[in-house]
Amino acid sequence: MAITREEVLQVARLARLALSPAEVDKMKEQLGSILSYIRQLDRLDTSGVVPTSHAIEMGTPFRDDSVEPFGQKEEILKNAPDREEDFFRVPRIIED
Amino acid sequence: MAGIPVHAWTLIEAARAIRDKEISSRELTRALLSRIERIDPKIHGYITVLPETAMREAAVCDEELAGGHTRGPLHGVPVALKDIFCTKGVRTTCASRILDNFDPPYNATVTKKLREAGAVLLGKHNMDEFAMGSSTETSRLGPTRNPWATDRIPGGSSGGTAAAVAAGTCFAGVGTDTGGSIRQPASLCGVVGMKPTYGRVSRYGMIAFASSLDQGGPIARSVPDAAVVLAVIAGHDRRDSTSVDIPVPDFLAATERDVKGMRVGLPREYFAGGLDASVRESVERALKALLSRGAQAVEISLPHTEFALSTYYIIAPAEASSNLARYDGVRYGFRADGGTGLIEMMSRTRGEGFGAEVKRRIMIGTYVLSAGYYEAYYGKAQKVRTLLRRDFTEAFSGVDVILTPTAPTPAFRIGEKVDDPLTMYLSDIYTIPCNLAGIPGISVPCGMSPDGLPIGAQLLGKHFDEEALFAAAAAIEREIPLPRLAPLEE
Amino acid sequence: MAFEAVIGLEVHAQLATGSKIFCPCPAKFGAAPNENTCPVCTGMPGVLPVLNRRAVEFAIRTALATSCKVQERSVFARKNYFYPDLPKAYQISQYELPLAVCGHIDIEANGTSRRIGITRIHLEEDAGKLVHAGAFAGAQTSLADLNRCSVPLMEIVSEPDLRTPEEGGAYLRRLRDILVYLEVCDGNMEEGSFRCDANVSVRPKGRKEFGTRAELKNMNSFRNVEKALEHEIRRQIGVIEDGGAVVQETRLWDADAGVTVSMRGKEEAHDYRYFPDPDLLPLHVDAAWVEELGKTIPELPGEKVARLSSRYGIPRYDAELLSSSRMLADIFEASVAAFGGNPKVTANECIQWKEAIVTGRLPPETIAHVVEDRETGTISATASKTLVEMAIETGKPVRQIRDEKGLTQVSDAGALEAIVTKIIAGNPKEVESYRAGKAGLLSFFVGQVMKETRGKANPRVVQEVLKAKLE
Repeated sequence: MAITREEVLQVARLARLALSPAEVDKMKEQLGSILSYIRQLDRLDTSGVVPTSHAIEMGTPFRDDSVEPFGQKEEILKNAPDREEDFFRVPRIIED
Repeated sequence: MAGIPVHAWTLIEAARAIRDKEISSRELTRALLSRIERIDPKIHGYITVLPETAMREAAVCDEELAGGHTRGPLHGVPVALKDIFCTKGVRTTCASRILDNFDPPYNATVTKKLREAGAVLLGKHNMDEFAMGSSTETSRLGPTRNPWATDRIPGGSSGGTAAAVAAGTCFAGVGTDTGGSIRQPASLCGVVGMKPTYGRVSRYGMIAFASSLDQGGPIARSVPDAAVVLAVIAGHDRRDSTSVDIPVPDFLAATERDVKGMRVGLPREYFAGGLDASVRESVERALKALLSRGAQAVEISLPHTEFALSTYYIIAPAEASSNLARYDGVRYGFRADGGTGLIEMMSRTRGEGFGAEVKRRIMIGTYVLSAGYYEAYYGKAQKVRTLLRRDFTEAFSGVDVILTPTAPTPAFRIGEKVDDPLTMYLSDIYTIPCNLAGIPGISVPCGMSPDGLPIGAQLLGKHFDEEALFAAAAAIEREIPLPRLAPLEE
Repeated sequence: MAFEAVIGLEVHAQLATGSKIFCPCPAKFGAAPNENTCPVCTGMPGVLPVLNRRAVEFAIRTALATSCKVQERSVFARKNYFYPDLPKAYQISQYELPLAVCGHIDIEANGTSRRIGITRIHLEEDAGKLVHAGAFAGAQTSLADLNRCSVPLMEIVSEPDLRTPEEGGAYLRRLRDILVYLEVCDGNMEEGSFRCDANVSVRPKGRKEFGTRAELKNMNSFRNVEKALEHEIRRQIGVIEDGGAVVQETRLWDADAGVTVSMRGKEEAHDYRYFPDPDLLPLHVDAAWVEELGKTIPELPGEKVARLSSRYGIPRYDAELLSSSRMLADIFEASVAAFGGNPKVTANECIQWKEAIVTGRLPPETIAHVVEDRETGTISATASKTLVEMAIETGKPVRQIRDEKGLTQVSDAGALEAIVTKIIAGNPKEVESYRAGKAGLLSFFVGQVMKETRGKANPRVVQEVLKAKLE
């Protein structure tokens, strides 16, 4: 099942993955064969089968609405690649 | 235990020796740290070793013991964790460039539970990057080598943990299993590895790969050791909405249970022609071991088995593509230089920060969830998942455990399969269905290949019936004694 | 050709819970940057969400108050996209299976009553804030504050049943009032706890098919929503009449320029790749829980407006103003009950002091007491206003202030007679002119009496006594 170069680039953009031209070529080839393989599921008749959307069949548990401040702001910020005082700093979005 | 070097003890033996004050935690820890120094360069099981903090923790354990106080069953015992569990103050990398120097602001529940049981943390183990792989070759830090043959893979993604345990550089470890990542490396390294039922062990702080499939579990040199570790890390956690609120049974006691009358299912789909001869032979030995203890063999069918791999390679990448989207260079981890603007920063960060396998899976996952393809791929896979679960539910109405090979072959050579992802994916055909169904599975050593490479047998159980697995695996272990420590010394 | 507009409104309401929806951080407004954060709401590796029960309660109550069907099983889904104010790079929301569906709100606009359908209500988490560093457009960086991440939001989507900007405004105001009544949201558009996006299209009157719609964003008040809708409807009609076609796009309302501006080209097509969140199991809401919460629903604004106007005989417009806050309506009714009299007077008084009442700065009996005192002539109208202002400022009971400051006016005719007599005696020339026909001089005498009594005389009574004495 072929995937076009266009599609590879589209998916890479959606996933925010910068790929080199060589990577794009390789990805096209490898994704193509993986996608072909997984299409084998088409052979199965699944009409009327309920999808498994969750690993466990129970309702989600709740927590009470009690406030528990984490209280360690520096721990949250300590790994920031770039920061200005207590903000995370990022490059602007380029509008073109 | 005269004459046996301390690193060769089982975890239970080590724990008892500390409790009985035959050896101090400091001595034990020092012994293992020096072994790591000597041996680990040959196999590269560790990403991070913590000599100072480990000795400090060991000292605290010795003081507590002197004061008559033990924290829990692992008091003073040195263990280690796959580098996927958050350890506050200790970098946690998932063997990825993108988390190269990430210092978690909190501890995983598994980390906390080990500490609360008194364990000493020796370090963090190597793994396939973000747990995506079956050979520990996708680690950015370089591969881990199988201690039984250092030109071979240890399996993956918990290859570092399995190798370290088999090399005697920790008494046990905790790995994670999404499609076989505990069981398969355990099999290839000749040790015991268990993936508990989904929901048994908290995923809080266990960096996510595929949320509906991931589970943490023990890797150890004996079945009772694995039972002790699982009892420590299992239990309901209110921070994990998918963790189940049921009591933790006495897993250790289960290893003493009789298997008389236990019905052992043999799924024909897992024993098809073409199965490696030494694997077939070893698993047959495991079956004979069970039968000799009074178990019964029952032929069963798991008819949708051939579709498990495809189902997994839709669902796991889909969830992973979403779980790994947070690595965008904004709040933590690697951020790429150069580029103009935000979108380029994010794309370059992820392009340079992730390895090839991770990028491949993110691409597959993004594709199968995208508009127009969702129903055909993800929607379809969710339905096939239901069929796979039903196969097991039906099988378990007639058997108590299911016996299969763990891996299709013994360890292959490093570099042998890296260029063909699909071939690599096929390493997991026996282990994957278990994660899709959420049932527990264990791998226990049951043979050796003619080349002297370990082979394990897999046992699968009903939801929350790890006890039956421990009973059966312990029986096999008693009947088929095999060396659990790889002969690494020259 | 006559056109009609088709409008649907999408409201995001921040829920007034104490903690966030998936973690126990404070859901408060106005903290220092990144103060109210934890590993969970900042999307650290390995964290997991746990659902706040109160957020679910608030949504269920909202659903009941808008006659929606609460679903026994609903599912949280991930909406995936990249942005620095979205730490996990996905928002936990609900997609195919929301918490509630198929309700309605009744509104009044342009003299007609209309029933506006509600398509769905669901829960989701809020994102953080991105601040653009530097005041100038040339700034190269932005700053992310994640305090607001994971504050609970309730999304309420209306059917495209609205036909005019006025109806849009009426719908929003009524919905806001309902949420404030239920105490699930503080309904403040300017502060961002109540946000609205609009979907607008036009079609020739009588046609069944919908025209192409535009999505409007960036309207930060009810008035701005109405203005934006007005403008956009005219714009679209203009496009069609010029022979063009309306483009499906997102447009931002520019309040200063009074126009909507296209975002096309700046916003890439989003493929959100929704799928059920595997970290959260399905949300189960059983009938017993719904029934229990049903008992906590107070009289809602629509019912209250109808009841106040019919029971107290006040105009509907006044009833709506009074009903804009439960507290205001309650004070109104309590005041009328405390002192019979003409409810219209009490209504006017409540409306005049609405701001202080709803912010809780007016001691509760104030209105009843000043209205009664004015009716009995104990205080003058001017004194009344002063007293209320002082009550607001000091928080003291109004009659206590009245006595302390000596603001009772003398209304007893007998008591005033002596003074009136004195004034008349002291101003013979004016008396003569008055008696000769200069009726306007009455106010001079009134003024003199007021001066003499230092403003304490009841002018109405003074007038009567004067008139009687001057005859």
